[in-house]
Amino acid sequence: MPDQMLRAELFEPLTEAEKQNEVLSRKSVSYWSDAWRRFRRDPLAMIGLVVIAVIAIFAVFGPLFSPYTYDGQNIQNQNQGPSGAHWFGTDKFGRDIFVRVLFGARISLTIGVVAAAVNFVIGILYGGISGYFGGMVDMVMMRIVDMLIGVPSLLYIILIMMFLGNSVKSILIALCLTYWIGTARMVRSQVLTLKYQEYALAAKAIGASDLRILTWHLLPNSMGPIIVTVTFLIPSAIFSEAFLSFLGIGIQVPMASWGTLANDAIPTIFSYPYQMLFPALAISVTMFALNFIGDGLRDALDPRLRK
Amino acid sequence: MLKYILKRILAGLLTMLVLVTVTFCLMHAIPGGPFSPTEERNVPKSVLDAIEKRYGLQDPLPAQYLHYMESLARGDLGISFKQMDVSVNELVARGFPVSARVGLVSVIVSLIIGIPFGIIAAIKRGKWMDWVSMSLATIGIAIPSFVLAVLLLYLFSVTLKWLPTYGLGTWKHYILPVAGLALSPIAYITRLMRSSMLEVMRQDYIRTARAKGVSEFMVVMKHALRNAVIPVVTYLGPLIAALLTGSFVIERLFSIPGIGREYVASIGDRDYSVILGMTIFFGGFVVIMNIVVDILYAVIDPRVKMED
Repeated sequence: MPDQMLRAELFEPLTEAEKQNEVLSRKSVSYWSDAWRRFRRDPLAMIGLVVIAVIAIFAVFGPLFSPYTYDGQNIQNQNQGPSGAHWFGTDKFGRDIFVRVLFGARISLTIGVVAAAVNFVIGILYGGISGYFGGMVDMVMMRIVDMLIGVPSLLYIILIMMFLGNSVKSILIALCLTYWIGTARMVRSQVLTLKYQEYALAAKAIGASDLRILTWHLLPNSMGPIIVTVTFLIPSAIFSEAFLSFLGIGIQVPMASWGTLANDAIPTIFSYPYQMLFPALAISVTMFALNFIGDGLRDALDPRLRK
Repeated sequence: MLKYILKRILAGLLTMLVLVTVTFCLMHAIPGGPFSPTEERNVPKSVLDAIEKRYGLQDPLPAQYLHYMESLARGDLGISFKQMDVSVNELVARGFPVSARVGLVSVIVSLIIGIPFGIIAAIKRGKWMDWVSMSLATIGIAIPSFVLAVLLLYLFSVTLKWLPTYGLGTWKHYILPVAGLALSPIAYITRLMRSSMLEVMRQDYIRTARAKGVSEFMVVMKHALRNAVIPVVTYLGPLIAALLTGSFVIERLFSIPGIGREYVASIGDRDYSVILGMTIFFGGFVVIMNIVVDILYAVIDPRVKMED
């Protein structure tokens, strides 16, 4: 009989010292603090983060401390090269290019962040529902995605812009209507792989509702790859805005985005190249920084790369 | 195989149906018709009525839609409402060969540069050549094509005066537009090729090849490359789409008389019938190319199940 073999006198209590040995002396490292620790060790990603922070601070506060405004014209100061008074020079209307580039940063960063945030939500809802419920629901939802993904999204964006007119709001609407597809597919594939894992099954066995399993178990565990995908949406949204504005279907004058500034500088690139240089630099530096942040996040959040 | 192809074609037709419907609805929802009187052009009401009747613009919208679908099925993309006696088919016939030539050169250049760069980066992993390739790939992904094209234009045409700034007369004219179009595809192909090469080099059959004494060069070129290049084939579809949208900017910048420039011009003129027709042409082109690439992929990779 087992209870006869395991008699109480065979056991003796631990001493206090021995009890202490069993206690975990270090706090357990959570997924996110672990990711942050790895992200911090990536010099390129940290440089990217600092650069974006600096650009954001300048974009928000810079124009407040400048004597110039983005639309203030000054005919006496047309096409001046960079100087102490005008750091990036002036354009053909005598407007200060530095302030205009800062306003461009406001527009670009707003578009990038808002587009990414909205698509994060739409992508999670669409992909999560499609992946978790599967079957007929998944079939129909994915066929819709297939139909939309067959054509370059820029064509749809241009059409929507033609319909809504040129403004920051239209660009945001156009981007939000088209960009969610990639995120939704990503979320779906994550949910598909996770929903057959033991812990999801266990949750189901003890009677957790579908909504709870999806929101408490599946989505938090797929958050890493989802965040990486959404981070890369920021530079591509900024790129799309600059691209459209460069073609003359983005922001309306006298508002300035980096794309319109570059576009305005084309006719005078032979005589005033600096008018092209600064907006081009601003776009490139921002894109580099955001891509480095995205790469860093991907390495930090992907446990398979953990050493 | 046949079933797979038919399925892809059916999916392509559905995609086109969505695109045509969305395009048609949006273009017809924009206030003001193509002949609406403007400040510069004051047309009497009777003339306007006659013109609109002539183009069927007074029919109910569903009738116009059916009529449009019918002419699309006949391959008629419509006529320009802004330019006299110009049809979209003529614009496409004039511009497409030009764009296709620049595009084809760009595809070839991106493959010729991207694939070897990726291979070298993978074999020399962690060495300086890997570092150089990956840095170039990062630059190619981060810098937008139009920024790069403008910088190249300034450097090589304006400052150094080595290369012409516009047109497509000689081979020299191709260098800058192709560089502008191909840079980001090169970057993607390099990254793709590197990671797939690294993956393949870890496989058992590569170890077997080495163990039986095959030289490292032959291991890479004969055994690894064939499998490693497959992901690049799947990228061909997105590559064609990227070159197409890239041409909107590059053709405008270098005054190349292709369809991309024509499309941007029609957007600037708000020439809705041309935008409609061009969009459908672009969409159809990309859909067809994607089907071709998918079939190609299924043919070269026997692991792809054709039933899906």
